[in-house]
Amino acid sequence: MTHLDGIVKAKTRRAKRFLQSREPKLTESLKNCMIIKGGNTSETLSQALKDVYALKKPNAVLYKKKNMVRPFEDSTALEFFSKKSDCSLFLFGSHNKKRPNNLIFGRMFDFHVLDMFELGVERCVSLKALKKDTCPVGTKPLLVFAGELFDTDREHQRLRSVLTDFFCGPRVSAVRLAGLEHVLHFTALEGRIYMRSYRVLLKKSGCRTPRVQLEDMGPSFDFSMRRSHMASDDLYRTAHKKPKGVKPKKKKNISHDAFGTRFGRLHMQKQNLDKLQTRKMKGLRKRKRRGEPAESVPPKTAKTDV
Amino acid sequence: MASCSIEDVLAKAERDEAEKLRSIAVNKELDLEFDPGHLLAFDKNRVDTREFKDNKGEDFLRSLARDNTQLLINEIWKLPTEKVDEVIVAKLPDSTTPLPREKPAPKPKPPTKWEQFAKLKGIQKKKKTNMVWDEVHKEWKRRWGYKRANDDTKEWLIEVPVTADPNEDQFAKRNKAKKERVARNEYNRLKNVARAQKIKVPGIGLAPTSQQSKSELAQAVNVAKISTASVGKFQEKLPKEKTSKNTGKKRKFQPLIGDFGSEKQKQLDLLKVMDSKKPRLDVTKAVNKQMREEDRESAQKSKKSFGKKGRKGNMSGKGKGKGMAGGKGKGKGKGMAGGKGPKGKGRKPNMKQGKR
Repeated sequence: MTHLDGIVKAKTRRAKRFLQSREPKLTESLKNCMIIKGGNTSETLSQALKDVYALKKPNAVLYKKKNMVRPFEDSTALEFFSKKSDCSLFLFGSHNKKRPNNLIFGRMFDFHVLDMFELGVERCVSLKALKKDTCPVGTKPLLVFAGELFDTDREHQRLRSVLTDFFCGPRVSAVRLAGLEHVLHFTALEGRIYMRSYRVLLKKSGCRTPRVQLEDMGPSFDFSMRRSHMASDDLYRTAHKKPKGVKPKKKKNISHDAFGTRFGRLHMQKQNLDKLQTRKMKGLRKRKRRGEPAESVPPKTAKTDV
Repeated sequence: MASCSIEDVLAKAERDEAEKLRSIAVNKELDLEFDPGHLLAFDKNRVDTREFKDNKGEDFLRSLARDNTQLLINEIWKLPTEKVDEVIVAKLPDSTTPLPREKPAPKPKPPTKWEQFAKLKGIQKKKKTNMVWDEVHKEWKRRWGYKRANDDTKEWLIEVPVTADPNEDQFAKRNKAKKERVARNEYNRLKNVARAQKIKVPGIGLAPTSQQSKSELAQAVNVAKISTASVGKFQEKLPKEKTSKNTGKKRKFQPLIGDFGSEKQKQLDLLKVMDSKKPRLDVTKAVNKQMREEDRESAQKSKKSFGKKGRKGNMSGKGKGKGMAGGKGKGKGKGMAGGKGPKGKGRKPNMKQGKR
């Protein structure tokens, strides 16, 4: 589809804007997610998928129909879906006897699968069951990961990266302090990952920073780690490559000293100090001119004398 | 009793106040790793499984989450803030956790043919207004696009110019010209795209779309012949096939952008010629033209006398051959002074009826 971009021109301005929004950008701010159901899904699983969709609301697509796809064997169908809907994150849910309540969290690079993690849902408490009022749609959640497994085990490290990517929301430059309402807490313990979602209540404390009180909200899941597919090192490195325009240019020849004074450096050509152009001051000119009239006068007088 | 209750109430109030004041402090073994850019915190401390089982999971997790969130909020509150529309906003720094990109970085597009030329000549892009005053309709209209100003295809009255054929449809002519312009624009755009993506576009005749003329087919054959590893050296020829020596373009133009000095010189020479009063007469060209005319006349005469048969008799063949030779000779006859040159013109009576 990319090679057709130049050849097939958009006929309306709306179509042109749509195609431009799908083009690769220098700095990426948003990743869309697609939520797909597999050949067979259970009640808990469908509920779990709907809850995650609710968490990711404006930037997610929930497919209603079932798709006979096996991501770990053949990911071409997923890649096709992602290309069509321009989604680089996916969540695939399926249920069978061997792997009950299976959720696959995955992400793509250039519409090819980068990482995939299969997690089994042991326990799920859905939004509906709790019946508490939720945060407004689209709030950027606070993410907390706890557990040393997330640091020591390589798979868990990658899973942490995938979950961050999944739930972090759009990249923003500033955030409203009163609007930090939602927190997602992941705990890694004994091969299980507990995901909890709380509502943050900021209470008054003695100083400027408020006291945090949490209120149960939102879906909570208990995951167990199953299979995983991690990207090869060079693919992972290619995916992290930063384009040239992003790095800020270093300003040369400017330095600061201890007091904060700003110093600059000038580089000059070699100057001939004899022929330096300076300001002209009449009084400082050479005495040559004054000497001449005095010299010319005496010969005349000499003549008359004789 | 009342005093006890009052004391209790006061003590409780004091305790609540104290609790609030010490609230934001959290004790942890290891400091958390923060990434305010993503509102992310990572707690590396060991999670005690016994405590987890004792406290029945949920409460333990909640208290752990509360502590971690408190630390994260403390960290976020340290960031510089500003007021945007009566709302206090904290400016987030760049994120420190590297996350992979969604799509590969965009490659800078290579400049189009016009852009290259403009860069070389130093032509700047001039910003034009969107609306133009249309005199005919007396209103402001778009410069280009739907219902544009000065659209000559939409005129209801076109004066037929004096030099034009009276039976020609001027409206159709304008429409056709517009279609040609659109087609040429599209063709150039596709060429730019192909150049940008370094796609090799097949030459003329190799990707046929419609009925091709003999010359186009011949060109395709020649190109296909030399498209071998040894540039057509060992390709067999058909028994009566002629190899064409001049392949490709017959005329060679100077490159469009290059030597500014020679370009300037050429233009000055041209002006000099235009200024001079004497007419420039190329003697050789005039002579060849005259000879050609004479040959044509003689050919016509001989054709008329044998024309009724419609067959190529010997004489007519000769005549035709002569005419052809004359035509051929004109091309080759340079530097011939007046009169009828003997051999150089190639006036051979047994000329083949080759090139038509």
